[in-house]
Amino acid sequence: MNSELIDSLHPLERKIIPLITQNMNFNTLLEKTGMGEVESLRALQWLEKKKALILHRDVIEVISLGKNGKEYLQQGLPERKFLKVLLTPLLLTDVQTKINLSKEELNVSLGVLKRRKLIDLEKGKASITQQGKNFFKKDFPEEIFLKSLPTETKNLKEEELSIFKELLERKDILQVDIRKVRKIELTDIGKQLQAQKLDNVMNKLTPSMLKTGSWKNTILRPYDLEQDVGKRHYGKRHFVNQSIAYARRVWLDMGFKEMTGTYTQTSFWNFDALFTAQDHPVRDLQDTFYIEHPSNGKLPNKQLVNSIKKVHEYGGNTKSLGWRYKWDPKAASRNVLRTHTTCLSAKTLYSLRNSNSSAKFFALGKNFRNETIDWGHLFEFNQTEGIVIDPSANFRDLLGYLKQFMKKMGYKKVRFRPAYFPYTFCSTEFDVFHPVHKKWIELGGAGMLRPEVVIPLLGKDIPVLAWGPGFDRIMTDYYKINDLRDIYKNDIKQLRETKVWLK
Amino acid sequence: MPTITLNRKVFERLVGKKLPTEKLKDRISMLGTDLEKVTDNEIIVEVFPNRPDMLSEQGFARAFSSFIGVKKGLRKYKVRESNEQVIVHPQVKNIRPFTACAIVKNLKFTDESIREIVQIQEKLHITYGRNRKRCAIGVYPLDKISLPIHYTAKKPSEIKFQPLDKDKELKADEILKLHPTGIEYAHLLKDAVLFPIFHDSRDNILSMPPIINSETAGKITEDTKDVFVECSGHDLTVLEICLNIIVTALADMGGDIYSMKINYGSKQVITPNLTPRKIKMDSSYYNKLLGLNLSNSQIKSFLLRMGYDVQGSTILIPAYRADILHQVDIAGDIAIAYGYENFKEKIPDVATIAEEDSLENFKEKVITILLGLGFLETSTYHITSETIQNEKMNNKFPLIKLSNALSQEFTVIRSKMLPCLMQVLSENLHHEYPQNLCEIGRVFKEEKTTETGINENENLAIVIAHGNSDFSELKKVLSTLMSALSIKYIIKPTVHNSFIKGRVGNIIINKKELGYIGELHPQVLTNFNLGVPVAALELNINELFKLV
Repeated sequence: MNSELIDSLHPLERKIIPLITQNMNFNTLLEKTGMGEVESLRALQWLEKKKALILHRDVIEVISLGKNGKEYLQQGLPERKFLKVLLTPLLLTDVQTKINLSKEELNVSLGVLKRRKLIDLEKGKASITQQGKNFFKKDFPEEIFLKSLPTETKNLKEEELSIFKELLERKDILQVDIRKVRKIELTDIGKQLQAQKLDNVMNKLTPSMLKTGSWKNTILRPYDLEQDVGKRHYGKRHFVNQSIAYARRVWLDMGFKEMTGTYTQTSFWNFDALFTAQDHPVRDLQDTFYIEHPSNGKLPNKQLVNSIKKVHEYGGNTKSLGWRYKWDPKAASRNVLRTHTTCLSAKTLYSLRNSNSSAKFFALGKNFRNETIDWGHLFEFNQTEGIVIDPSANFRDLLGYLKQFMKKMGYKKVRFRPAYFPYTFCSTEFDVFHPVHKKWIELGGAGMLRPEVVIPLLGKDIPVLAWGPGFDRIMTDYYKINDLRDIYKNDIKQLRETKVWLK
Repeated sequence: MPTITLNRKVFERLVGKKLPTEKLKDRISMLGTDLEKVTDNEIIVEVFPNRPDMLSEQGFARAFSSFIGVKKGLRKYKVRESNEQVIVHPQVKNIRPFTACAIVKNLKFTDESIREIVQIQEKLHITYGRNRKRCAIGVYPLDKISLPIHYTAKKPSEIKFQPLDKDKELKADEILKLHPTGIEYAHLLKDAVLFPIFHDSRDNILSMPPIINSETAGKITEDTKDVFVECSGHDLTVLEICLNIIVTALADMGGDIYSMKINYGSKQVITPNLTPRKIKMDSSYYNKLLGLNLSNSQIKSFLLRMGYDVQGSTILIPAYRADILHQVDIAGDIAIAYGYENFKEKIPDVATIAEEDSLENFKEKVITILLGLGFLETSTYHITSETIQNEKMNNKFPLIKLSNALSQEFTVIRSKMLPCLMQVLSENLHHEYPQNLCEIGRVFKEEKTTETGINENENLAIVIAHGNSDFSELKKVLSTLMSALSIKYIIKPTVHNSFIKGRVGNIIINKKELGYIGELHPQVLTNFNLGVPVAALELNINELFKLV
């Protein structure tokens, strides 16, 4: 006997095998097992797979008692009642009323009794014959037949067959149903299995087995390891925040200090302090979100406001020409949703007025632009901001920091192109080379902050490297997201199934 | 950013060299313009707004030719004296006080060059001219004009002329109401009592800046040979640069530039002035900013490639360059000529100590605890609607509105986090339950003491949604979170329209209300189309942070 086969048997199979007899009906087995139909069938199917048995599906005709049949079996057939009242000869009509037969029943029983010569009929009167009297103590063949039910048509003997046919013609005595049944044929393997001891195998290791030591006499059933058991949902960060957490760590690893701040800002910090002229198109309603109420905020201290005004109008003390227009403090106090994290850099520079040491800062946060939503545009987006304040900082360092960051984000090849921003010089837009699509993707802007920005805020002219690439496009590639709208769709299935940020 | 279309053949002739397409693409990008498309006939580029001088075929070709080393150094343009006058009357002082003008003669106009002139004006209007507010430009056929020209302002009722593309005379206010260009720019004259006009010595109106030219005296045709050019606005320097950009482009088209006397009464200015601006060459400053060690002669050769001249230690800046505000812009041009691709990047060894924001750190910790409890983190928009924030929540909390909402769906910035999570639930009806979600996000409310008058706070919201969710399941979560943070809290029953009566309470910590917790009201669930009970809480993270 193949021990691997024995080992592989499930407890249900082990339970069911000893109960099977050759060509057993499934229903019969079911009664014996005391198990549910589904479990039992499953166990048989497993056994069939293991070639221990063959499940035959048969169609059978089952004969059982009909409505009248049940009644007759209890109270007697009409012909039996008929015979019983014939102690003295009686008129047929009297027979009918005495034993309460329907006309049909009367006719049928009269026919049967006459044919079998159990009664005589003379001048409308029926009287019992000697042969008939014999049947007082003896069952009619019909009665024997009814008592043998239920049975199958194919089991009927020849003599039963005619009785069956006759009874079938009478009203509601018999019922014939066509049923599907399963028959179990044991194969040689099955027979061999029946000869084995199978009840020492357990499905589960239980605390009581450990306590009593009974596990020593038990075999733990091997599992079907390839069976699909489904998945669990787990506590999971939103995928954007997974990548943000990583990017924050990269900046921290590079020695940067984190900047945070409000999403609502005065135009002063979002634009004016960054040398963005008040008539610059970026400040238009179709680019920037303005707050309806409170529409205006407070400007910072007068000295700073004044030097920003001068810088815009004619360059102030920065040796710049300025933008050459009349600067309006009211426009600077307009509240906006910040359009870039660079406003945090401006505030940070101002906070460092009296400090002399070099410093590096980063921010990673949400910004807002009045964009109509489509696959490539969202009105909320993340940006990763950085500034390096150092008397010896230069353009090559800027490229160095950006290349390093991009490398850590998974992009080895970075290309820098000249660009323009109002608040930087040596401005650059940089592209990364997509290793799979084999093309350059534009990721963001950078430069060195202009003296018109640095001098009023910091109080001195020190090189400040600055960058602020959009972050969403840096990370969507990892998640294979092509439509930016999918980032904040919060589709729970997508959130559950998106791969984890593994960098 | 403005996009311009260049005729590739004209461009190549102006540049003086043909480049293979790939090389052309690369050089255009590395000069600092965003290349859109190159075909055999056309080059489409986006010009950055700092280089209005590159908005014409002529200007672009001029810069490009220097950059690739064909025609290097400062272009010399001769300005002849015309002795013609533009008389500026004091009436314009409070509207558009300044103008800069020139005459350009001996031009040959074709269909294409007329289109080119229109394109230059249009692009300059949009960008450098800030949609005509800062600077408006007019180009007129000189043969239709009798000199001298007057720049003055009149009451709108006294102004009547035939504007471009109309077949009859209109009054000034009619132009603003009826003419498409008038309608588009009417706001620029919104509060003006007097409207500015240019008229000639016979009182023929040439134009009404910054709105529109006259059809009869302000339209260039193929017969035009000589033109009068004016720029009007608020700052003379801006106007002069704009004028210089146009006249040098016209000169590159073959014209001769003549100056005019602009007579302001008390003073006289002669324009155009194409004398290069001078700035001292500060090689050590450039080298320091760029991290390079270039010699003076190297710097000089790079500057020639960017269209400058260097005389001794003085840099001559072309008079059409609008973007050179400071020495750093010279450094920027040297970097472009040196080639961004040639810089070797480095990481300096500046010792700085990293430091993460402590609130951000705390937020991470809170989320980590909730992840351990099996919650899924969401990330929702800050901009949302009153419908979601209030109506569907059965509430009326004050909200901060945007002045320029995108659409009905996005009109306010949120004051609560919970409605955002409810919205997420309502958009995920067909996904598997339980849906247990959490998010920490920024919420906004008015508060006079802050810089903007708005208080911003980080709030945590949690929802538990499934067939059997209830208050005690969520309270278990709250208790676990609080014990992990070693904070003691109590729940005090309260009334809150979003929740079932008797199943909502305030979360009190150190006698302060820092949040609320409860089972959502069936009406609210219905408003969000939800078919399962939801238990939810919202908690003030900034205040919690102060306690740990």
